Amino acid sequence: MIGRRLLDSKPLCGALGAAGLFCVLEATGRTGLISPIVFPLASTVLGRAVELATDVDFLLDVVSTLGAWALGLLLTVVIAVPAGFVLGTLPRAESALRPILEFLRPIPSLALIPLALALFSDKFDMKITLIVYAATWPVLMNTLYGLKDVDPLAKETLRSFGFGPLAVLWRVSLPSTAPFVATGVRLASAIALIVAISVELLAGGSDGIGVFLIEVGGSPDAMVYIIATAIWAGVIGLVSDSLFVLAERRIFRWHTARTEVV
Amino acid sequence: MKRVLRAAGRLWAVPVVLVVWELVTRAAENLSFPPPTTIAASMYEMWLTGPPERLWLTDAALENIPASVGRLLAGWVLAGVIGTAVGLVLGRRPLYFRFVDPLVQFARAIPPPMLLPFFMALFAIGPQMQINVIVFGIIWPVLINAAEGARHIDRQYVDTARVFGLSLKQRLFLLVLPAAMPKIFAGLRVSLSLALILMVISELVGSTDGIGFQLLDAQRSYDLPGVWGTIVVLGVLGYVLNSAFLAAERRVLSWHRTAKQTT
Repeated sequence: MIGRRLLDSKPLCGALGAAGLFCVLEATGRTGLISPIVFPLASTVLGRAVELATDVDFLLDVVSTLGAWALGLLLTVVIAVPAGFVLGTLPRAESALRPILEFLRPIPSLALIPLALALFSDKFDMKITLIVYAATWPVLMNTLYGLKDVDPLAKETLRSFGFGPLAVLWRVSLPSTAPFVATGVRLASAIALIVAISVELLAGGSDGIGVFLIEVGGSPDAMVYIIATAIWAGVIGLVSDSLFVLAERRIFRWHTARTEVV
Repeated sequence: MKRVLRAAGRLWAVPVVLVVWELVTRAAENLSFPPPTTIAASMYEMWLTGPPERLWLTDAALENIPASVGRLLAGWVLAGVIGTAVGLVLGRRPLYFRFVDPLVQFARAIPPPMLLPFFMALFAIGPQMQINVIVFGIIWPVLINAAEGARHIDRQYVDTARVFGLSLKQRLFLLVLPAAMPKIFAGLRVSLSLALILMVISELVGSTDGIGFQLLDAQRSYDLPGVWGTIVVLGVLGYVLNSAFLAAERRVLSWHRTAKQTT
């Protein structure tokens, strides 16, 4: 009976799963099934990950990457949301620019790194520009999608009460598009992190998680550093994503409530 | 005729942008921003100046493009098959799912470029490392979507399958897989564009052939029109892959749409 109830607890099962994986990896290393030289022991990696948390060099690199990530994301929102509103409220401009957007969008943003290397002399400017370019797409597309989803009845109602187009935009379109924009920003935040780390890995620079990876690449226990860093990158990705989801739920409770009823 | 005119009406901005781009870059004379005609000429030079019996394709075109596309598709198919299989099992067995869910969420949150140094240290530079990076980086959307699709199967279908006494195999192929198909396809689409990105970045760091290698080569020899041209080709490749996928999806899922219309 108690066993059944314990299995109903999600966090407990999750913790057991993670612990199980840790034990299996540790056992394969200890028994020599996979040589610890090729793939380090799970306990070694975990120990290094804990050490990294107090390593000032590593923390400075993390702060640098997160700084570029935050600045890039902020600029993206400032650029992409108004652009989405302009295109969304001017159907002629949107249909004219649509083919160009559809061609630019499938270009893998990381392919622009070699071009950016030739165009920029400053690594930080280059990183921010590439982040903004790559992160703009989900925000722009979600804004456009959200604007199409605005309830026409609400718009007509306001219009018939004599509100001008700007007032309709401010009072109806903006609030009802906001949840879509938020989803776009959450997707963009994952992309921004990917681009930031990729640029640091490929183009180098003075600091950042990717630069840290290059620097430890030469050390004899590079693999331990690489996996420990990947663990922290995963933690960062997970925490930022959960924070965005949490914020979305908090701010747009009315929206989820509305869609859940339907 | 009307359709052609309408298409032309939609696309009028494209030539305008191209002409403006040409004029501005010619006026600016900045070596980093070559005019589109120069880019087109360099693309022609790079890929289409081979002998006629090979359809004018050059060695570079025949070597790099199939190598890249092959690795991309190999990684995508592998990730699709493994992700679907594991996802369906996890979706139908909530108990298993509870044990691995945090691990899956965590693996998904690791930014895929972090895998590059890992797999480069584990394998030598080459296709094996690239395909591993692609598979590990793109499997999560398929896996999570397949699990999601398999979990939310209409109760009625499940009961019907039980009443008719379908075997495990029949249940899998007649019930679970078709029911989860729309979700799986949504995951596959996300994975396909991610696969292109990971293909490029894995070729930029660890490769001796492929489109990404050619891109790096052009950049190292300061051949800016070549860099632009290669990026255009990657854009075309992304567009073609996405369109082909959408066409295939429409075909495979047509029953789904018609089934929805009748209810």
